[in-house]
Amino acid sequence: MTELTANPDGRVVLDADDIRRALARISHEILERNGGDRGLVLVGIETRGVFIARRLAANIGQFEGFTPPVGALDPRLYRDDPDQASGQPVRPTSIPVSLEGRPVVLVDDVLYTGRTVRAALNALSDFGRASRIQLAALVDRGHRELPIRPDYIGKNIPTGQDERVHVKLAEVDDIDEVDLVRMSPVGTNPAVGAEA
Amino acid sequence: MTSSSTRREVQSVAGAGSSLPYAEAPAKGGAVVSHASTGLARQRHLLDIDSLSPEEITSLLDSAEGMLEVLGRDVKKTPALRGKTIVTVFYENSTRTRISFEEAGKILGADVINVSVSSSSVSKGESLYNTALTLQAMHVDALIIRHPHAGAPHFVARHVKAPVVNAGDGMHAHPTQALLDLFTLRQRLGGIAGKRVAIVGDVLYSRVARSGIIGLLRMGAQVVVCGPPTLMPYGWLPGSAPAGSWYEGLEIAESVEQALDGADAVMALRIQQERQDAGHLPDLREYSNRYGINRKRLSLAKEGALLMHPGPMNEGVEISSEVAHGAQSVIEEQVRNGVALRMAVLYALCSRGRDQAAAQERP
Repeated sequence: MTELTANPDGRVVLDADDIRRALARISHEILERNGGDRGLVLVGIETRGVFIARRLAANIGQFEGFTPPVGALDPRLYRDDPDQASGQPVRPTSIPVSLEGRPVVLVDDVLYTGRTVRAALNALSDFGRASRIQLAALVDRGHRELPIRPDYIGKNIPTGQDERVHVKLAEVDDIDEVDLVRMSPVGTNPAVGAEA
Repeated sequence: MTSSSTRREVQSVAGAGSSLPYAEAPAKGGAVVSHASTGLARQRHLLDIDSLSPEEITSLLDSAEGMLEVLGRDVKKTPALRGKTIVTVFYENSTRTRISFEEAGKILGADVINVSVSSSSVSKGESLYNTALTLQAMHVDALIIRHPHAGAPHFVARHVKAPVVNAGDGMHAHPTQALLDLFTLRQRLGGIAGKRVAIVGDVLYSRVARSGIIGLLRMGAQVVVCGPPTLMPYGWLPGSAPAGSWYEGLEIAESVEQALDGADAVMALRIQQERQDAGHLPDLREYSNRYGINRKRLSLAKEGALLMHPGPMNEGVEISSEVAHGAQSVIEEQVRNGVALRMAVLYALCSRGRDQAAAQERP
């Protein structure tokens, strides 16, 4: 595989207002689909999925008067391609309630190959048998490699395999923004370091 | 892509740290680079703690946090190392280390085979070399070795493709024990840098002490050791360690009271009966009177200081029963943390796919 490096001419595809509106809409959709079920649990996939899940929970709290519990899941140990991320330490998973019989919304920032979601579904089943599991993602960039489809999507962004979607959230990146960055082979653009 | 670039950064950070106290004197600059290049991220083995940079240690400890959570689950089984075979070969007796590795491997979904030296071909006189090649021929994915002779795991690592983990070799090293102690300290004290850790007992023969001292100094702790002069390494006299030595920065205390004074954590080392038989100690009872950790001595340390012991304990010799099972003891936590830490080590060594293995072959 050729190593790629980011071109500096990243394009902003979602700004802070777009993200806020998308998450507000998803929150409404979650309520609509689940009929205001008070057993609802949101589980974010580490790291940015967790922040998105917390924002969705806060929205739901505002709209409906009850704030669903939010869990954090690191599905690394369930991946079939563990070396993809082996440089990063495994984070503790915290699921605040038993998932037994509850509807669960799994939340991630970017939906891509579907392998992370597949791993997360396996991991979730170790925390109890949820009554149903739905999938929410801020961005769906296509290129699925597994039969996985989202239930709630912030924005569909058609991408090339040589592009990267960078979701930046104020909680960790000081800004709310989604960038689409084209990658070029290492060496052609020495000014910028490689990033996933 | 991400991981390879991170690794290069780690390497350069470690390479720049030639002024750090752990840089071995005879290295002449070259070994500092090899510190980084022989670390867990670049190399496939964990043979000693010397080869890990502070960044690599931190990364393993971070990972162990995640593993500890897995250990506490109702369903503590993950498919991370499914299809991998891990073999433990222990040429010395062990309860906690061997079982800890076995549990760690099993929670990660690997198959773990324990080779008992007494019932294997080793008792027929098979050499370490041939045993290693035999295991390699069986497509073992990781070898965990404990051996009474220093360097035995390094020797095996040179001859097999599978990752080798040193589970204790002679008087040399016990890297996973040092790492689990660092993990326990970090969890309980909120950090390692600047904390004062007293190590008391048989420093001369203890691989736990040696790896512990290196790991603690590397992570910025203040380390003070104390023990009978007969059980201290040659030339270790009270005061500070000589500049340029591998233990530079270490404080050697005159008395156990001085060592414990103001300590954030106290590590009692195991005293073996053999030491008395070999003439290092006149009497275990006298050792207990002079160096044993009891309530009175522990009270010299900071309030609520942690009491640690690598096990197995000789209660009433190096540690009194009262404190061993008292409120300050974290000895059982060390055992629990050992499983999580070893999960992190096995995951780091065994989860690498073919891409990385192939990349490793390239010069």
